[in-house]
Amino acid sequence: MAMTEQEILAGIGKIINEITGIPAAEVTPEKNFVDDLDIDSLSMVEIAVAAQDEFGVEIPDDQLKHLKTVKDVIGFIQG
Amino acid sequence: MSTDQVRVVVTGLGATTPLGGDVASTWSALLAGQSGVRTITEDWVDSVPVKFAAVAAVDPAEVLPRPEARRLDRAEQLALVAAREAWAHSGIEKVDPERLGVVVGSGIGGITTILAAYDTFKEKGWQRLSPYTVPMLMPNGPAGWIGIEVGARAGVHATVSACATGAESIGYGIEMIRSGRADVVVAGGTEAAIHPLNIGSFAAMRAMSTRNDDPQGASRPWDRGRDGFVLGEGAGIVVLESEEHARARGATVYAVAAGVGYSADAHHIAQPEPTGAGVMLAMRRALENAGLTGQDIGHVNAHATSTPAGDVVETIAIKEVIGGHPLVTATKSMTGHLLGGAGGIESVFTILALHERVVPGTINVEDLDDGIEVDLVLGEPRALPGGRVAAINNSFGFGGHDVAVAFTSI
Repeated sequence: MAMTEQEILAGIGKIINEITGIPAAEVTPEKNFVDDLDIDSLSMVEIAVAAQDEFGVEIPDDQLKHLKTVKDVIGFIQG
Repeated sequence: MSTDQVRVVVTGLGATTPLGGDVASTWSALLAGQSGVRTITEDWVDSVPVKFAAVAAVDPAEVLPRPEARRLDRAEQLALVAAREAWAHSGIEKVDPERLGVVVGSGIGGITTILAAYDTFKEKGWQRLSPYTVPMLMPNGPAGWIGIEVGARAGVHATVSACATGAESIGYGIEMIRSGRADVVVAGGTEAAIHPLNIGSFAAMRAMSTRNDDPQGASRPWDRGRDGFVLGEGAGIVVLESEEHARARGATVYAVAAGVGYSADAHHIAQPEPTGAGVMLAMRRALENAGLTGQDIGHVNAHATSTPAGDVVETIAIKEVIGGHPLVTATKSMTGHLLGGAGGIESVFTILALHERVVPGTINVEDLDDGIEVDLVLGEPRALPGGRVAAINNSFGFGGHDVAVAFTSI
């Protein structure tokens, strides 16, 4: 039951909206979490934990710091 | 002796309480003699002997944007709601950040966060803890968030003195301005401690009313049938400002924050000292600090929590230090006891009483206890005279803290 890129993007958009209030529609693949979405490091931890629950994929801390854009997270979740 | 000091005035008020989500709704409910106490319906109520509390009338999590609410403890949410109201009320548009301070405390801190986070920790592990757990549980969290909100760089402080916290914060704020550290200070208290562990713990001290068949009649200061305090939650915040700063921007001034008196009982960790010596000392020092005499005081918002010990001895202390003439009221009869938030909302009430020239009545007193020789306002509100009138807000806390804040009318 592999999810499509669109399904993962929608899931990430929902999580980011819940945690930061940023409209899900603004969460597009090319967006950088820090530069474009102004998400701080504590919020990134919240997003990572929520993403783990949502997608069932563990994101270790040493991987998290390499996930700079929404597309990076989609790629990580897709394996 | 206070005439050569910087005069401090109150230019903004904010509150969210069991009676209303803002100052106006709270004040009108208070003057109408309404009780903010209600039966608790949560499933944990069967585990505790007290089945009621004074829950905030407006859930702060419903007022704040969800992304903001989820990273704030409830005490922080309440404080931020009240601080935003006070800040907007003050009309301040621009202030030098290095001349702006915050002093806001809570008696217990983020206790519901601590307990919920520990459940998460035990059940799911540390990885599932919110990264905001620490800023949510720390008792200086409310002050920190308000400081960020208004951009305060002169100093952000959080006093902790149990049920005297709110009053102590306002006193500290007055002193920050008088000592030249700030021109504007956002000050007050907050609390959100309605949780079965707290109710169980206060009940273990036999400190809480168990009048389960009559929750709205449970907070009855000075009544012979009183059997303990009623736990409440909420926040009360004021904007303090040097008179010079307030006048320069043409601000509306609601009262003069004339002075503060502190003392400590050095007697028992949780019981009031039976002669009222500490309470008397705090009020004497407040008068002295404010340059007032007992004759100047027209109103006292008493600490009076509805516990068997304490209520009457406070009136004896008032009679001794101030006299029998001031109109004395116990607004906790309607709001319940907001612990660290009490001194905040009760200072707001004291200021409004001076500004509106009316003292809210104490409700639920049906059988007045013996030994009370001050002029209690029971039932209907009573008017204060015109001209210059001063008032005192008393707040005392476990640990033996006694704080009296003095305000005068404009």
